[in-house]
Amino acid sequence: MMNEWLLSLPLLLASSAAVVALVIDALVPQSERLTFRFSLAVLVLALIAAAWTVPFSGTAFNSMIRTGGITAVFDIVFVLGAIMTVIAARPYIAARNFEHDEFYTLVLYATCGMMLIAHAQNLLILFIGIEVMSLSFYVLAGYFRQSLGSIESALKYFLLGAFATGFLAFGIALIYGASGSLEMSSIGRAIKENTLHFAGLLPLGVALVVVGLGFKVAVFPFHQWAPDVYDGAPTVVTAFMSTAGKAAALSAFLPLVKEVFPATTESVQHVLAISAAATIIVGNIAAVVQKRVKRMLAYSSVAHAGYMLIGLVAGNTRGITAVAFYAAVYLFMQLGAFVIVALLERDSEQSITLDDCSGLSARHPVIAALMALFMFSLAGIPPMAGFFGKYYLFTAAVEAGYTWLAIVGVIGSMVSVYYYIGVVVFMYFKEAQQPVEVTPVDAATRLPLAVSATLVIVLGVVPTILESLVQSVWK
Amino acid sequence: MGPILLVGVLFLPLLAAIGLLGVSPARVHIHRKVALATACVTFLLSLPLYWILDFSRGDFQLVISSTWIPSLDAGFRIGLDGMSLLLVLLTTFTMPIAIGASIGVITKREKEYYIMMLLLETAMVGVFVALDMFLFYVFWELILIPMYFIIGIWGGQDRIYAAIKFFLYTIVGSLLMLVAIIWLGSYAQTVSGQFTTDFLKLRQLAPEIPLEVQRWLFAAFALSFAIKVPVFPLHTWLPDAHVQAPTAGSVILAGILLKMGTYGLIRFNLDFFPQASIAFAPLLAVLAVIGIIYGALVAMVQPDMKKLVAYSSVSHLGFVVLGIASMTNEGIQGAIIQMVNHGLSTGMLFLCVGILYERRHTREIAEYGGIAAVMPRFAVLFAIAMLASVGLPGLNGFVGEFLTLVGGFRSPYLNSWTYSIVSATGVIFAAVYLLWMFQRVMYGKIVNPANQNLPDLTRQELLTLVPIVVLLIWIGIYPQPFLKASARSTKAIVEKVLHYSVPQKVAFDRMQSPPLLRNR
Repeated sequence: MMNEWLLSLPLLLASSAAVVALVIDALVPQSERLTFRFSLAVLVLALIAAAWTVPFSGTAFNSMIRTGGITAVFDIVFVLGAIMTVIAARPYIAARNFEHDEFYTLVLYATCGMMLIAHAQNLLILFIGIEVMSLSFYVLAGYFRQSLGSIESALKYFLLGAFATGFLAFGIALIYGASGSLEMSSIGRAIKENTLHFAGLLPLGVALVVVGLGFKVAVFPFHQWAPDVYDGAPTVVTAFMSTAGKAAALSAFLPLVKEVFPATTESVQHVLAISAAATIIVGNIAAVVQKRVKRMLAYSSVAHAGYMLIGLVAGNTRGITAVAFYAAVYLFMQLGAFVIVALLERDSEQSITLDDCSGLSARHPVIAALMALFMFSLAGIPPMAGFFGKYYLFTAAVEAGYTWLAIVGVIGSMVSVYYYIGVVVFMYFKEAQQPVEVTPVDAATRLPLAVSATLVIVLGVVPTILESLVQSVWK
Repeated sequence: MGPILLVGVLFLPLLAAIGLLGVSPARVHIHRKVALATACVTFLLSLPLYWILDFSRGDFQLVISSTWIPSLDAGFRIGLDGMSLLLVLLTTFTMPIAIGASIGVITKREKEYYIMMLLLETAMVGVFVALDMFLFYVFWELILIPMYFIIGIWGGQDRIYAAIKFFLYTIVGSLLMLVAIIWLGSYAQTVSGQFTTDFLKLRQLAPEIPLEVQRWLFAAFALSFAIKVPVFPLHTWLPDAHVQAPTAGSVILAGILLKMGTYGLIRFNLDFFPQASIAFAPLLAVLAVIGIIYGALVAMVQPDMKKLVAYSSVSHLGFVVLGIASMTNEGIQGAIIQMVNHGLSTGMLFLCVGILYERRHTREIAEYGGIAAVMPRFAVLFAIAMLASVGLPGLNGFVGEFLTLVGGFRSPYLNSWTYSIVSATGVIFAAVYLLWMFQRVMYGKIVNPANQNLPDLTRQELLTLVPIVVLLIWIGIYPQPFLKASARSTKAIVEKVLHYSVPQKVAFDRMQSPPLLRNR
């Protein structure tokens, strides 16, 4: 039996580092560079630790958290996202003369919150994780405090998010009232063995938890905040929020799907299925009419949450594998796309429209090629990883008897092709309106782009690497 | 040896494309040479496959089967039978010509252009050799990306519209096919306990699916293929894409891409869903006949040469679909040879239009007239391509059309002469619009002073056209080597369909006796 402290190492590293970063900020003047380096170093260490804990699946601290296995895989995803965000963000915020320690500290806190969510075996831990992550994101969304859009985004997110947290807390309370436990497997056992104290409270409790989490994932009908928040927040923050944040909220569903949902009636599954379908349709259709790339990506991220929900609806091993796989792949492609948007915004000092992308392939051939790669992957064109992710998801759906949901997903993909290739059209087929000077891409931005692009291709051609890993640890 | 050769043919262009990525865009001559050389070598590598393959067998040969994604049993499985061999050869034969015809014509972003061409070659060969539905789908979709760029970057005036239309049409069809593929895999799981996309396993299982479900699956596959063919009324992307694409793009589109649709109909629809195929045969045949007539009529009134040739494709592919829908030996053999023929003759017609376009920068028929006087050598070659396309006996077009019509006559599933009789008028229409176009462009006096001093064919152009002419005449006079290749695989499919046809005995009797005798 491994030491539970060692097994929780990624989580401990992230949380302690966040505290230390705060202290550095308080004690050392002009410490931006130091905090940046410190955060990066700790995140890399956490990445290694997470990779190391993958094979050791278990629970720790009196079944408060789960360790290793699928949680470690999610840790890797979150930490990679955080690393890429931190690296890409530095030149972005520096260009706006807004580099402060808090940015890195908040990213660390958010990462810590995500990890708690993925690790949670106890509903309280889940709640704490969601709060830590959300609070960090509220502040990060409003990070550019002079920008009206940023403030609007933060306020909207905060008000609605607080509301959703209320649902979540209430739901947890009801579940506790019904089952007398906060530990997920004992809740599941209590339902199965019919030893509930107040059986009538349970459906309501589960429904409220689903609503709270659904809000965080931004599924229909709780998705309205997402486009505005994603659009208004600083682009690097959006990149992190809409990928790792979404993956974290989805990971919260996994133990529920495993322990609690099977014991409840099938209605949860049906409700989720309908919600997934609606999310896909709404997200894709709204994205079609967007003129600004960032807003388009924001709407499309709603749709992608819908795709991932399909895997949860299916609820079988393949479905769960598919969710984890897609969450990882989605992180790389969406984050890559956002990093490029952030890069272009630095050139133009404002939110870029599709027109601004005209002639990009002549200005930045490599950047344009990478953007095209991410767009094709997001649209689900093989052999990019996005395709394999969708293939898994749809396969899981068909297997679980949800063929109609797979068809909705496919139709959504068709729609998404239109707006994703729209970006490519502007980059490659249209000439720039006015000649724009070519700005060299700094090394710091190159790294996250290179990593994302490589993974999008590699996971597309050899998806087994990640897939078999996830499958082996999900039991 | 054989399987390795097949892998070589499949991946050599991809490797060359990856290699070219590292070469600076300024060194244009390297890109041109490497692309051309790769295409030529690929063709030479693919030639021995004809002799390696044993045509007395109807099954798949040179099969390679290795795992790729074990949990979904999606494998890297490739192999050839007679039909796919012909199409692979058509592809590898067309590519050097398409690339050769691009050199000097494509002037912007040449690096990307040749990389796209090579990528396209791998994807097209992949579609024809894939023996795994998942792999097939990957190649099938992979074609979209290079073709989309080829139309969108190097195309004509309305290239963006055409590129988007091409992309969206194709993806709409193929995504529904994806659901059908997944459904099949999942069906395999319920039947045999293992999810699989292995074509060889699925073709054993799929025909046992109840007819009600088969219909849906058939429709999902057929929609995807019908868009690609294109079958009336799903053809509207084709004139735009053909006209806007650069010459080489049109050659590849007409020559190979359209064949992927008809190939898919034979390979997957007939083989997986014989019962549904029988049920859908009349519908498919009706659409084919409409396509034949409609394409011909619309071609007749086109003022634009390239559009005329594009609509003629709709008409000619109608014969292929009719042959497939007949599900007889003659019909399918005719369909396969007609695929090859159409690829050659229409490809060449596009090259000829491109040659004129390069000189005059217009495709309006009215702008020309009397070209034969200034370009005599071109006139001869153009005439051969045109006559082959008309279906003149002695040239290749005749063989395929004749066989598909015979198939339509004899088909026990269509059970009516009407299809063939109406289709035959399409042959007459073809003569009308092609000869009329030829006459207006080539004969008469030169009225337009701009046409006074057009130079005749250059050596490069001659080199791209002559190999096609050789084949046009060869297939026209002695089609046996080509028919022989696909005879067995055709027979296997026909027999499979027959096996699942409901009144087996009756149908079999009809197959045996020629229709004239039967009605006496």
